[in-house]
Formats: sequence, structure tokens, C-alpha cells
Amino acid sequence: MPVRIGVVVFPGSNCDRDTTHAVELAGGEPVELWHEEASLAGVAGIIIPGGFAYGDYIRAGVIARFSPVMRSVAAFAADGGLILGICNGFQVLAEAGLVPGALLRNRGLRFVGREVRIAVEQPETPFTYLAGPRRPLRMPIAHGEGCYFADPATLDALEASGGVLFRYVHADGSVAGEIDDPANPNGSLRAIAGVRNAAGNVAGLMPHPERASEAILGSDDGFGLIRSFVESAAAGAGTHRTPELATR
Amino acid sequence: MTTEYRFAVNVLPKPGILDPQGRAVEGSLPHLGIEGVAGVRVGRRVELTVAAADEAAARATVERLAGELLSNPLIEAFTVELLGATSSTISATSPTSSSTSSVGAAD
Repeated sequence: MPVRIGVVVFPGSNCDRDTTHAVELAGGEPVELWHEEASLAGVAGIIIPGGFAYGDYIRAGVIARFSPVMRSVAAFAADGGLILGICNGFQVLAEAGLVPGALLRNRGLRFVGREVRIAVEQPETPFTYLAGPRRPLRMPIAHGEGCYFADPATLDALEASGGVLFRYVHADGSVAGEIDDPANPNGSLRAIAGVRNAAGNVAGLMPHPERASEAILGSDDGFGLIRSFVESAAAGAGTHRTPELATR
Repeated sequence: MTTEYRFAVNVLPKPGILDPQGRAVEGSLPHLGIEGVAGVRVGRRVELTVAAADEAAARATVERLAGELLSNPLIEAFTVELLGATSSTISATSPTSSSTSSVGAAD
């Protein structure tokens, strides 16, 4: 039986269908979780997809944070459940304090929608272990508030604990700069594109792996991340504990 | 008896936090022929009415919602400003003197 993966749907979510499609491709059974419902329908992992939840009013992600489903998502996280936030989903997780840091307005002020390259910094996590050979992954971004920010102490702690999952890089794999480097599309500090929490079971990233999950889309570099998530959730299904990495 | 208190919440990026909107405003000033302006910070102002038994209770409500919803303490600081109060039983408007308190101090 395929593992059940929850995909949260807020008013304004617009990547939920892409995400359920990618989950299906990876062999999971997507279950849409409506924002007004507190039930998680017994899923083994939860993806918070991209979009503009509640119109991104006040700050991207903040109103979504107080929805009934997010109370359950927070409890699921505290219980060790596997959670991935993509783009707006990352912003929601950051506002909820489930991953460290905040996403500020892009340094260039503009909404940026284009392909970027990211490097997997931590290849041995439930979110990345099937990403394939080490290389820059090509996948699209589409956001106006993706500039990763945390104070220097938090950044240092993140680096030391392996909390930085993804960084924006050049085509040759070298890490992008913070300022005036097109390879870092939003000016994120230390070119951070994705992080995970200290417990290691909640992660978020700004780029869209679900939109790079089939060759016909121009890149399938993101599919390894979706597969990692689905397989990891399957390995820990029913326990809500952070699963051990599946056999490689 | 409850009184209705009108508040304004002013939210600004904390010092040191990148404020690209402020920088864009500053960058546009030369086009207007304006010189000598610096330190532009762009934030948000929210006005709201709270019914409460007294000002302290009303202010506590405002500070909670300002801290949890209207601002992100990682990157923003807010101030709460009392704009006026209206008693519901005597239905008279008695604007109190505008007072500002600093919360979530800006540093």
C-alpha cells in the first residue's frame, strides 16, 4: 500500500496539484489537508506546498500559521513527524517557528521566477538521501520574499549542526555570493536556499523540486528530493518518529 | 462597563535588518531633486478598536496580537499607540492624549 503523504491546501495555495502529482510519481498517495480541518487523516509525512496562502497578507505565511491545520502540523512536528515546506510552505514553517530564520523581501525587491542551481549540503537526511550524485540541482524559483535571514549566532549554529540543507550555487558548484550575484536570486544570507530544524524532521526550501520532477518540465533534478521525502515517510509510516534512512 | 479603545500598531524592520523598500525609496529621492534624506525605513501601520474593561486590558490584547501576528519578532519591532477611547454607556468620545509605548525594543 502506498504511503499517505499530506499536502496542505490553504486558500491561495497554487502548487498543491503539482505537489500531489510529484508525490504520486514517487509512489506515494497524496492526501489533501484542507486548512480549516485539524485532522491529518493519518498521513506519514506532510508537505506544505507553494502559493500565496491567505494572500500573503501582513507577511508571507503568517496568517496560515494560525489555521486549524497548522496546529495539528505543529503537534505532528513535535512528535517527530516528517514535514517539508516548499516556497510559501517554507515561509509558513518559518513564521510558525518550526524551522529557524525568516524570509525577507528579495534584496532586488522584485518577484523572481526563473531557474536556479542549488547544492545539497547535507546528503544524508530524510529530505535529500536520494538526490543522486553530488552536483548542482537545477530547479525553478518563483517568489518575492525568499531572502533567508537569521542573526549571525543562529546562522553559525545552523552551519555547525548541519542545519543548512541547500545553498544557491553557480553552474560549477561554487557557492553564490550574497550581494549582486545572480546565482543567489534573492540575496539570502550565506546563499542559504533551505534549512532544517534542530531535530532534523522539519525542512523548508525556496526552490520548487516538484516543478522539476519530470524531464518534460526541463529538469527532473528535484525528483530525488520528492522521492527522498516519500521513501523516508514510508520507512517511518505510522510511528510519526523521524525515520531511519531507508536502505540506500 | 466596557470601553472601546482605538489603537495604532506601527511595525518597522529592526535596525540592521535589510530593508530593500527603504533603500528603494532613498534611491528614488535624487530623481525628485531631494537631497539630505537618509535612514528611510518602510513599515506598516495597523489601526484597530478593542472593547475592554480598562486601558491596561485593551493594551495587553493589542500587544499580544501585535507580537504574534502583526510583527515577526525575529525581524521587526512594533510600537503601540493609543488613539482614543469611547465609553459604550455614555457614548461620548473622549480622545485621550496620544501616548506611545515601545514594545519589542528595537535593538
